[in-house]
Amino acid sequence: MGSARDEILERIRDATGGATQGREAEYAAIPRNYQRVGTLDAAGKLALFVDRLDDYGATVYRAREHDVASSVAEALRARGKTSLLVPRDLPRAWLPEGFHFFREGPSYHEVDASEGVLTDCAVAIASTGTIVLRHSAGEARRALSLIPDYHLCVVFAAQVVETVPEGIDQMKAFAHIPITTIAGPSATADIEMTRVQGVHGPRILDVILA
Amino acid sequence: MSTYVGDAANAPKFQTAAKTLVNDTQVRHNVRHATGVIRRKRAKVVGEMADWEQLRESGHEIKQHVMRHLDFYLDQFEKSCTAAGGTVHWARDADEANSIIVGLVKAQQAKEVIKVKTMTSDEIRLNAALEAAGITPFETDLADLIVQLGEDKPSHIVVPALHRNRMEIRRIFLDKMNLPELSDKPEDLAAAARVYLREKFLRVPVAISGANFAIAETGSVCVVESEGNGRMCVSLPRVLISLVGIEKIIPTFQDLEVYLQTLPRSATGERMNPYNSIWTGITPEDGPQVFHVVLLDNGRTKVLADREARETLDCIRCGACLNACPVYRQTGGHAYGSVYGGPIGAILTPQLQSMEHSQTLPYASSLCGACYEVCPVKINIPEILVHLRNKVVERGDAPFLEKMAMKAAAYVLESPEHLKRARKLGRIAQSPFAKNGVISHLPGGLDAWTAVRDLPAIPEQSFREWWLKREREAG
Repeated sequence: MGSARDEILERIRDATGGATQGREAEYAAIPRNYQRVGTLDAAGKLALFVDRLDDYGATVYRAREHDVASSVAEALRARGKTSLLVPRDLPRAWLPEGFHFFREGPSYHEVDASEGVLTDCAVAIASTGTIVLRHSAGEARRALSLIPDYHLCVVFAAQVVETVPEGIDQMKAFAHIPITTIAGPSATADIEMTRVQGVHGPRILDVILA
Repeated sequence: MSTYVGDAANAPKFQTAAKTLVNDTQVRHNVRHATGVIRRKRAKVVGEMADWEQLRESGHEIKQHVMRHLDFYLDQFEKSCTAAGGTVHWARDADEANSIIVGLVKAQQAKEVIKVKTMTSDEIRLNAALEAAGITPFETDLADLIVQLGEDKPSHIVVPALHRNRMEIRRIFLDKMNLPELSDKPEDLAAAARVYLREKFLRVPVAISGANFAIAETGSVCVVESEGNGRMCVSLPRVLISLVGIEKIIPTFQDLEVYLQTLPRSATGERMNPYNSIWTGITPEDGPQVFHVVLLDNGRTKVLADREARETLDCIRCGACLNACPVYRQTGGHAYGSVYGGPIGAILTPQLQSMEHSQTLPYASSLCGACYEVCPVKINIPEILVHLRNKVVERGDAPFLEKMAMKAAAYVLESPEHLKRARKLGRIAQSPFAKNGVISHLPGGLDAWTAVRDLPAIPEQSFREWWLKREREAG
């Protein structure tokens, strides 16, 4: 008896007749008649994104003139927080005076004991209210935006696309590094289909739209 | 080779199990409530998609393409995943997959593992194999945790504890988490699970996941979830093992644009589920530094070989067919005797087990077609059910009475005269069984029909007879 690998592949070829010819052309011919590109203008797209975030129970702060720091301060005051973790390469200009910001590096337990985390994002999808996090060096590693109970995320208007296919097009460029998509705070409906917000991921998600 | 699906080989006949379950009013109430909620949410978010049918069509075509070229795409996945630092293993059946995974955990000297919801691991009875090797598995999905702590079985592929209500869950948590007190509010129950599992997420060094999608082009794996337990499992431990059915392959990263639209809307009625994790091999300084993928056959290649049933493998495990099914909504998932219940389970379970077992499952349907209508990858479940029934009959395993009944029906319906005589005979024959116009238990082999439904008795007077009498009296 050969290896499990050889045997499974052999079973597959027996089952399919080993039809490998024309695979690429066949793949290219798969009908994709769904909507790929959005139709809304820039303002409509942002309005839709905000509407979706509201629907998930995320609080949205609109930053004026790309003044992220003021919105960060506003969000932290509203939540009664005095300090946040931040990834290594987060721009200093985003951090307001009067609060403590810790560059990442602590252990899981220290992250667990933190008041929350501030991160950027890579892409956002308006139609589904999805925020895409990319976890490369310098950007928040996965544990950082996951373990704390509070996640404050900065999204720039230029990062917002309308449709899921447009979002995936952007994500393809960094498909080889870890990606997390988030659509609202963690949630469950496992008990009598009653939506409970906040299970293991952050229970509170605030978004700064700059 | 022996393939098995959980304990399905030892499960009672569907009709027998269903008979008990339809009398459990609590379970029926819980199941009807939960499926009703998901159906309404699904209908709303599917209704707002103008291109839903096009997405279903593409989802179907991509999967069918993968099945025709599965050998190529598995090989491509293995190469991409390996190049990114992962290790790929192949398992012909459940026992082989279990022994690979147990070996990998033992090699890490780990005594505990955390698990993120994988129905495939229930299919191969992984938890039992781990426990037999002295390894404790902790389920981390809230519903899976309820099932595990309650020493219960999953009854739905997306919400496995949907047969339980809050009072039952409270009792289970109180007992098993050693809590002094706990309310039955869902918020408090979820918070109890958060505290119970948090310590394990931060401490246990090995995690086991399933996969919603494995991408051939990039070697990436995608896990779709809501609670954050998936993110915890795939990013905190030092070692990650992903158990992946060979049908979970999709060709390219771009193909996610179809399934990440249809899966959440179909499964939970959300435009997008709270979290998707996509990772490729290992990433220095972030997440697991050891990553294994176990590719599982366990009967899938037999399904592949049956052209008429092949599209069973297209399933993306959204559970919409369970929620839509009038039979499932009456019986709940346990009647199917398999980790895969409902319409998809009724076609998947018997095929994986080579039709040796679970032969009553293709009959667990009224062929109403609701499952096909909601399926996001357009699996024609009713057609496959009929195909599998034919297989059962061909194997000579169909009940003798069913074959006789079909012959008798053909004769009776041949002419009005035959029907008239049959009706008279029927009235006499049914008299011992009919009560208040209803037959709730037929004798002999015919009890399979009445096991799950009542049969209206033949009335004293047929429409034809009533009409004739009326005409006569009107003169």
